[in-house]
Amino acid sequence: MFALQAFTGLSVFSILMLMALGLAIVFGLMGVINMAHGELMAMGAYATYGTSVLFEAYFPSLMSIYFIVGVVLAFFATSVFGYFLERSLIQFLYKRPLDTMLATWGVGLILQQLYRQFINPRPVEVPTASWLQGVWQVSEDVSFPMSRIFIVGLAFLTATLVYLFLYRTRRGLLIRAVTQNRGMSGAIGINQKRVDAYTFALGCGLAGIAGSSFTMLASTAPDTGQAYIVDTFIVVVFGGVESLLGTIMSAFFIGQMQTWFEFYLSGSMARAGILLLVIAVLYFRPNGLFATKVRR
Amino acid sequence: MDKAATTEKPEFNPTLASTAVGMLERFGVVVLGVLLLLVVPLSLDVFRLGLAAKYLCFAFPAVGIVLIWGYGGILSLGQGMFFGMGSYMMAMFLKLESAANPDSSSGTALSAFFGAAGLPDFMVWNSIEELPWFWEPFHHVWITIPAIIILPPLVAFILGYVNFRNRVGGVYFTIVTLAIAAIMAIVIIGQQGYTGGINGITDFKTFMGLDLDNDTAKYVMYFITVVLLLLAVLVGRFILKSLLGRVLVAIRDQEDRARFSGYDSAMFKAFVFAVGALFASVGGAMFTIQVGLASPSLVGIVPSIEMVIYAAVGGRLSLIGAVYGAFLVNGAKTFFSENFVEYWTYFIGALYVFVVMFLPLGLAGILDKLRDVGKRSG
Repeated sequence: MFALQAFTGLSVFSILMLMALGLAIVFGLMGVINMAHGELMAMGAYATYGTSVLFEAYFPSLMSIYFIVGVVLAFFATSVFGYFLERSLIQFLYKRPLDTMLATWGVGLILQQLYRQFINPRPVEVPTASWLQGVWQVSEDVSFPMSRIFIVGLAFLTATLVYLFLYRTRRGLLIRAVTQNRGMSGAIGINQKRVDAYTFALGCGLAGIAGSSFTMLASTAPDTGQAYIVDTFIVVVFGGVESLLGTIMSAFFIGQMQTWFEFYLSGSMARAGILLLVIAVLYFRPNGLFATKVRR
Repeated sequence: MDKAATTEKPEFNPTLASTAVGMLERFGVVVLGVLLLLVVPLSLDVFRLGLAAKYLCFAFPAVGIVLIWGYGGILSLGQGMFFGMGSYMMAMFLKLESAANPDSSSGTALSAFFGAAGLPDFMVWNSIEELPWFWEPFHHVWITIPAIIILPPLVAFILGYVNFRNRVGGVYFTIVTLAIAAIMAIVIIGQQGYTGGINGITDFKTFMGLDLDNDTAKYVMYFITVVLLLLAVLVGRFILKSLLGRVLVAIRDQEDRARFSGYDSAMFKAFVFAVGALFASVGGAMFTIQVGLASPSLVGIVPSIEMVIYAAVGGRLSLIGAVYGAFLVNGAKTFFSENFVEYWTYFIGALYVFVVMFLPLGLAGILDKLRDVGKRSG
């Protein structure tokens, strides 16, 4: 029982982490909160759904691997969209973070209505590949569904790749430089506009991967993203921005708490309880649980 | 961040356009009063007047948002919470009144059948047998009205002060307000037996014996709403013209310097946040009386963020603009829902982007520009 609960928490954590990582990178770098992040997650989910429809129609023999193609496609679709969003809108609003929230909220609403009008107003589901349908029988009464194991694996893989990108590549170095000191990094000749644009695209792409793995757990509706957005923000704030490890830890705590609360309370009360708890914690740790001490 | 508040208005402007604009600004409250007290009630039938009254209820939180956001620099995406508090407290009173009234249809026969007279119908449906304790005070109008005026600002003040003391500001505070609005909507929907759940609280007939369905009552309520709204605008203007308003703008523009000058910035910000909550709550209460509904769909994050666009369209630095903004956006909403529903979401989505990108000072900003152009050519 305990193991099962903890494991369910782990898969909630995976999705939260993927969503929150993207948001946290963008927020840490540019101080911008992207309120359309949830809709980008839905975009990733729809990209995966689209892939499954295409594969079903044209390559039915390859159905077993469509999901992997779907994840990659989801990443590229959302990051390309993110790139153009940054170039056309966000880049003009860096000085006004609160206004950015409103503008991206508007973008989110438009996306939602586009999904409703051109994809499907009702929830859509993707088929689960056969090798993801089974369960892993650990012992007599403990069994883990394969799809959830896959999600956890995907989340860890993505987190590792993001880590390698940020800390082991030249582009990652540039991102960290601009995050830490915008003025100085400009002075030594880093092209911040480019860094901003591809970081934003990266953040959006992570939302796409989150959406892709979300399709394994539940069906996707036009307003799916909106339902998750508050939780994602809370994860980022709780973890403390500018600390990706903090974001991961906080996603872990909130994912675990969510499943445990839900075990004892009704689902809605559990969500409300967690949000309240986080707000209470923010009172004691205004910069988040894992914020590094910086003088400002 | 933005252009500082300009309260002093210019001298004589020669061109006609700018004179008109100048007049509009100087006598804005009078113009608004004449429009709302004379022109609107005389030119609209009772049904459209009811719509106008509904729009005006949304103008209350918008006026509050101008104070909080435009002058305090605090973006609250949770004003729906305070609107909802006022709305629900009023609904609880109205519901108890109609449940107690033997003539009303509001579930009394049903309640009597189940041996629970005086219990709201939805509680009977949810097999709750006794009135919950937090409903008890709302039997009395003289507790309900003070509660609507006192509780939401109190909650806002505590929430604001605690956070601002801790220097939780900017985007962080915005997310906290967003989360709290979400919590309130989740709790209301989840606790169906106590709150009416997703359907909200509805179906009331009278307010202190006054039949809310007849036309006279509708006119009376409309005029009460307008007077309260004008009062809110005047209170807002009084605050902005006072020293308090000056300090608030100083805090918005340079919080550290204001703090080093000895001002307790958390106190100022929490105060203005509480005033905004008061306005929203009053608007919510008037909404419930006139529309006959308290619903979680007016509490959560979507309506809360929509309230900000009213203020943004009117102009975030213009109290009066917020009223026009609420009126225009809601009017557009009705227009779209009567003609082509599916385009409303596109419209309002585009409105957020457009106003932020091209009209950061809203309609009031256009007026300012017109005046400047007039001044230059004159």
